[in-house]
Amino acid sequence: MKKTVLEIEVRYFAGMRERAGRDSEVVETAAGTPAELYAELRARHGFALEQAHLRVAVNDAFAKWETPLSPGDSVVYIPPVAGG
Amino acid sequence: MFRLRPERLDCSALAQGLGGDPRVGGCVTFAGVVRNHNNGRAVERLEYEAYEVLAVAEGRRIVEEALEKFDVLCVECEHRVGLLEIGETAVWVGAAAAHRRAAFEACQYVIDELKVRVPIWKKEYYTDGGAEWVLCAHCSAAGPHSHPEHVHSA
Repeated sequence: MKKTVLEIEVRYFAGMRERAGRDSEVVETAAGTPAELYAELRARHGFALEQAHLRVAVNDAFAKWETPLSPGDSVVYIPPVAGG
Repeated sequence: MFRLRPERLDCSALAQGLGGDPRVGGCVTFAGVVRNHNNGRAVERLEYEAYEVLAVAEGRRIVEEALEKFDVLCVECEHRVGLLEIGETAVWVGAAAAHRRAAFEACQYVIDELKVRVPIWKKEYYTDGGAEWVLCAHCSAAGPHSHPEHVHSA
C-alpha cells in the first residue's frame, strides 16, 4: 500500500539551524511520525545528534516521538538546551 | 511570570517589583551572569537563541509550578536572548514569600528547571576566535525530571 505523502514545516534552531543552513523548510514526506521524519532529515542534513538526545515539538507543544503527523503540522527538533 | 528580553535586564527594577505585597517578609533573587571562561576556555561573549513560543510557554509553566509547590507570594523570571558581553545578566529569578525558606526553594526550583526544560540555546564565542553551541546531551537524554546533580554553567 502506498504511504500518504504529507507536507510538514520543519523549523531549526541553534546548531541544527547552522547545520541545515536554513531556519525552516517545508518537506514532502512519507514519514508518519516525528521519529521517522527525523531519520530522513538526519540523513539529508547530516545532523550529529541521535534522536535519544533530542526532544520534539509539534505545533509549538512538546510531543511524543510516535505522535502521528498531519498535513501542515509544524515540527521542531529540540537539541539539548543550555539556558541560564 | 516569565519573559524573554532582547535588551538588558533591569535587575533592580525586577527586585523592587517583588516586594509590593505587604505580606512579603523575604525576597530571594538569583542572577546568572556571563563569565569569561567555561570548561577551561576563555570566553569573549555569548549568544542566546530561543524557540520563543515554546520557551515562554515552558518558562511560565515552571513559574506556575513554583507558585503551587512553595508557599510564595510572587515568582518572576526573565531570560535574555541575543548577544551578551561578559558581566551581563543572562537570567534573573526572584521569589517573594512571607518567610525565607519558601522564597529560597522557589528561586532554586525555577533556575534548576529552566536549565533543563526551557528551549534556549547558548553559543560561546572564544577569545581564540572559535565558537560553539553548548551541549549538555547528558541532561537532555536523561529527561527533565531525572537529570543528575551536576552544574554546567552559572
